[in-house]
Amino acid sequence: MRLFPRNSAIHPKAHHPPYKSSTLRAPSHRPLQLPSTPTEETGPVFGHDILGPLDADLTRNFGATDAVALGPQIIVHGRVQDETGRPVPNALIEIWQANAAGRYRHRNDEYTAPLDPNFGGCGRTITDPGGVYSFRTIKPSPYPWPNGPNSWRPAHIHFSLFGSAFGQRLITQMYFEGDPLIPLCPIVSAISDERAVDQLTAPLDLDATQPMDALAYRFDIVLRGRTQIQFENRRDGL
Amino acid sequence: MHIGLTPELAGLTGVYPADLGREIFIDKAKGPGIRIEGTVIDGAGDLIKDAVIETWQSDAKGRFDRQSTIGWGRTSTDLNTGLFAIDTIKPGTVSVEGGHTLAPHISVWVIARGINAGLFTRIYFADESVKNAADPTLSQLSDQTRIKTLLAQPQAPGLYRFDIRLQGDEETVFLDI
Repeated sequence: MRLFPRNSAIHPKAHHPPYKSSTLRAPSHRPLQLPSTPTEETGPVFGHDILGPLDADLTRNFGATDAVALGPQIIVHGRVQDETGRPVPNALIEIWQANAAGRYRHRNDEYTAPLDPNFGGCGRTITDPGGVYSFRTIKPSPYPWPNGPNSWRPAHIHFSLFGSAFGQRLITQMYFEGDPLIPLCPIVSAISDERAVDQLTAPLDLDATQPMDALAYRFDIVLRGRTQIQFENRRDGL
Repeated sequence: MHIGLTPELAGLTGVYPADLGREIFIDKAKGPGIRIEGTVIDGAGDLIKDAVIETWQSDAKGRFDRQSTIGWGRTSTDLNTGLFAIDTIKPGTVSVEGGHTLAPHISVWVIARGINAGLFTRIYFADESVKNAADPTLSQLSDQTRIKTLLAQPQAPGLYRFDIRLQGDEETVFLDI
């Protein structure tokens, strides 16, 4: 199975001066574009045996037994598919996020917002045979960060995905529909295609909400495609 | 800051039994054990201390496992020293369609704050010069002087050095593959 050439137009630019950390960390050469080989066409396979019973429930997977994290309860769900539209089953999804006050549980997070003793901030799940996934968490808050004199990240959840090939490896962020900080964010603006930003913005999904319990957001993810066809022409050139 | 990938490193314990990907090959008897040490260096020459590095490779016979996580690893640069270490076995030569072979190599994926999309590169081995000379990926490099950025250099028996430079005269070759 060959991998589709990556569509660089929808991915963030490596060098994006408004995001200061990118200036010294963006390679100056374009990556060397080559057809995939078995190294990229294979990848690790994660079994459901790695999952604990609360791995997909961030409201309860940390802290005191039976305690629940503070903040608005939400369900995030969606479908993982590749560029051909085929679902990607058995995909490991790892997520992490700040708490309802905008604070990460990380030794280097210096924001003064409080930690929640019952919120760790990470979770994981594996897609079902239809590529579908779901987890429960609390809605994270925006937070300030030291990029400019007054920079705030929109509320977001970090996503890491393994498809069926290491060349499909993806890390991304999910934003929430209606957040006015999205268009102001210099990390988001590294993506020049507005439709690609829209793809990262999860709409409220009223049909999937749990009445008197949790709102739901829908976040579908498209991984790089795989095909039997060998590509002769490169999408980008060198 | 990739809390969900290396929670123990972030100081977040108690959600999972252990960080994923610490063991690449549980049974080291399957091949010669090696350690690859290195750093990730930014455009100012400073060491990056918040990088996560994932690797994927064949076994010593050039075969990729297709049923488990064997051959996959995840490590990070040390928060204090900036050093990373990959404890694995030396991969073998990979056969591909058309009778070609790929020289022994490890696929590497690097992420860190400020890296907007994960960077892929490969570790080849400087002590495999004959196989490297026949490798179809290495031979595609238009500037052959940059090949050295993809070579892990032997330091001692079983110990290699591989530094990843994000910018500058010796910028590592990154791959869109």
